[in-house]
Amino acid sequence: MVLLTLTSAASGPCRWNGHWGRRRCHRPVAGGRRSMTALLQHPGYEDESLQRVAEQLPCREAQSAVLLSLMGQPQQYSYPSIFIYGHRASGKSHVMHVLLRELELPHATLSCVECVSGALLFQRVLLSLFGHEAAALLPRSASLSDFVRVYRQQCSLSPAEQTRFIVMEKAELLRDADANLLPALLRLQELVEDNVTVVLLSEIAWDKFRPNTGCFEPLLLHFPDYSKGELQQILSQDRHPSYSADFYSSYINILLGVFYSVCRDLRELRHLAALNFSKFCEPVAEGKVKETDTHKLWRNIEPHLKKAMQTVYLREVSSLQWEQMQQMEEKETGVVRGLSAHTHIELPYYSKFLLIAAYLASYNPARTDKRFFLKHHGKIKKTNFLKKNEKTSNHLLGPKPFPLDRLLAIFYSVVDNRVAPTASIFSQISSLVTLQLLAQVSHEDQLDAPKYKCAVSMDFICAISRTVNFDIVKYLYDFL
Amino acid sequence: MSKRTAKDAHLPVGECVTQVQDILRQRLCHQRLPDKPEGVESQHRHLLELLKRTAIHGESNSVLIVGPRGAGKTMLLKCVLRDLLEDKEAQKSLLQVHLNGLLQTDDRIALKEITRQLHLENVVGDKVFGSFAENLGFLLEALKKGDRSSSRPVLFILDEFDLFAHHKNQTLLYNLFDVSQSAQAPIAVVGITCRLDVLELLEKRVKSRFSHRQIHLLSSLTFTQYLERVRTQLSLPDGFPDSRFAQDWNDGVKTLCGDKSVEEVLQRHYNSSKDVRSLHMLLMLCLSRVSVAKPAIKPADLLEASRLCFADAKANMLHGLSILELCLIIAMKHLNDVYEGEPFNHQMVHNEFKKFLQRKSNSMYNFEQPVILKAFEHLQQLELIRPVDGSSAKTQREYQLMRLMLDHSQIMEALQKYPQCPTDVKQWAMSAFG
Repeated sequence: MVLLTLTSAASGPCRWNGHWGRRRCHRPVAGGRRSMTALLQHPGYEDESLQRVAEQLPCREAQSAVLLSLMGQPQQYSYPSIFIYGHRASGKSHVMHVLLRELELPHATLSCVECVSGALLFQRVLLSLFGHEAAALLPRSASLSDFVRVYRQQCSLSPAEQTRFIVMEKAELLRDADANLLPALLRLQELVEDNVTVVLLSEIAWDKFRPNTGCFEPLLLHFPDYSKGELQQILSQDRHPSYSADFYSSYINILLGVFYSVCRDLRELRHLAALNFSKFCEPVAEGKVKETDTHKLWRNIEPHLKKAMQTVYLREVSSLQWEQMQQMEEKETGVVRGLSAHTHIELPYYSKFLLIAAYLASYNPARTDKRFFLKHHGKIKKTNFLKKNEKTSNHLLGPKPFPLDRLLAIFYSVVDNRVAPTASIFSQISSLVTLQLLAQVSHEDQLDAPKYKCAVSMDFICAISRTVNFDIVKYLYDFL
Repeated sequence: MSKRTAKDAHLPVGECVTQVQDILRQRLCHQRLPDKPEGVESQHRHLLELLKRTAIHGESNSVLIVGPRGAGKTMLLKCVLRDLLEDKEAQKSLLQVHLNGLLQTDDRIALKEITRQLHLENVVGDKVFGSFAENLGFLLEALKKGDRSSSRPVLFILDEFDLFAHHKNQTLLYNLFDVSQSAQAPIAVVGITCRLDVLELLEKRVKSRFSHRQIHLLSSLTFTQYLERVRTQLSLPDGFPDSRFAQDWNDGVKTLCGDKSVEEVLQRHYNSSKDVRSLHMLLMLCLSRVSVAKPAIKPADLLEASRLCFADAKANMLHGLSILELCLIIAMKHLNDVYEGEPFNHQMVHNEFKKFLQRKSNSMYNFEQPVILKAFEHLQQLELIRPVDGSSAKTQREYQLMRLMLDHSQIMEALQKYPQCPTDVKQWAMSAFG
């Protein structure tokens, strides 16, 4: 069983090939001990801590150097607010956490997903920066005014000798909070008159954050995405101890070859790498293939990875199910019961026809009903039905609403035997709405002429019509 | 330290750089008050005169300081207060109440804050007792009882004044201006706001009690004054311990400001915004590159800092998309070109993408529909596409109408910079009609 923690921390000693350091190397100070590996240097911090920081942040040396230079020495002031943006899993939180932890700076980290109300946020910050007693001073639904007041009091009791950092992840959720929270946080240094810097981390650009009347503009920093080589380097660090590094690198190479064009998220790739590695090593473990025989290994794993893209990547099956499937024999796996397979429910006979009729009503324009559903429609030239513009294909625009009468009319002509309009038919329509296969478009109060819309996909309706031997494609306007 | 050793003191380079960083960071990040505010002398005099009349002579006044963000309004007020409190009499008797529209979002909170800051009798420790009406009545009583000769003048400073105008009935503003107009305790109400149309926000009865005195801080710097401002912001003061280092540094700053490329960069910044705050951000980025190994600011630093300031955030985000997502964006661009900006949905984009795949024989991008939908949703989470306002609950995900939040030129530029972009994708993007 693979126990995996989905963090983006690359743990363990890293493989340090000296040549891909094309970073901003500070020239060593006179008397400096390390020359090549001292990529991070700053007068205010010890070299050992910086060395530890650099080890834990592969491929992020440039960004951490920039951050370090902005932070300056601990007792100096830093810019009141910094906004760091970049794709998911590009290392923003990781770099901040490592820097603050290793350099032992006073900080408060919180995720805006957890702090749904301002009061939770204030409590967290006071707890991390000043301790329990300070957090207890806040009144019950604390407002920003109370927070600033308590902060100022605590500040006068224990003034800051080092810059205090408040790091907020998922900062885009601050836009949905009170309108005064974001502008106030950006100028917190000025409001509390303390050496504090607020760092906001987000994956959305700053242009979408700016309030209407403007605010204090933070310093913007971009964390670029990892390149393919960097992804390979970081993923190769998770290697299994009983196999060689080259073996694992070739595995990562194959994995990236399949998934790189679809997904560049480091966390997803690590998860996929961990899940599929046992299948990759299977031939080697059984002794059939040597470690260096990459072609056979590739042939073994590639269809497996392609199946993973359709199932685990889309979260159709859970990781646990995936691992169980890997352990079963191939003929036993059969059809994968993914999540979307559960939407194929068994419906009663007339419900299926009602659904088919609803689909036809949604995707055929009303004027074409005569041609499809009347026995004697006379001569209607086919040229009238030529599609003028591809965009008007109803399968691109989506389902259209239809009244109940139209649905019943189509239903009676589609069902082969005679059906009486009993209450059971109408109750089946209501159950279809409850199952969300039909959507009710008109207001609930409107009882005499309700309108519906069909909410199923083409594949689903084709599957249903096959079970009742109905050729639905013949009746669809778009496929004439 | 005697004067002789102070003049000849030579600190090691590391110590000098630390001192430089300290001083300049105080100036650029912490907004330390300058000794004399530059460029706003008349406004400074006006405000100082006004506040002196309240503090010393007991006259009630109200004034609004109006100016765009980063123009230096709070700095001006703080300088004036500092100069005002040099006067012994003012220092002894003036009471100050500082309110901020961002913090005091409600009249109730504002009233409690005023009561707290004035240490009125219904405050015990920190807690203010009584309801809103009681507090208001108490405060007005306290202010009404006095007159010019017997009570202390109070200075009310309202930061983000326009936010106070959004409170219910503008009670606080009405009462403050009312007290300032009638012969009661001498108060001065100073409002600071960034909105030029702030008077439109006030109700008629509040506006009539306001003295309509406004101090405008619209910066009228010329480019040469801007350059001079850059030089003064980066120069070290005379009191620096190592005078030779300070001299070298100031000379370096002077040559920096005379450099042609630097002037171009600063001209670009000047054209986009003249305010001091964006200048401080630029200089802060330059300052962060000063280290022991390089104890001076070079033109390259300024160019790099300018590049960081003007970077396009969306283009940066486009750089990190996967190829599938990039193809979807190109498909949306084509849809926008053909249908002139009408909203699209996922099915249309998928259709467009399939047309591209049919033309190419390789099946490298032949992904399943759910994978493409996941890529589409990722783009939605990055807010590169946004749903058109409508009832999103009733429509299925694939048919929800969206708009692309990117420009044609942004996409083309991002494509140029995209690492290892396949040539057929590039050609598809540049072809005219899908």
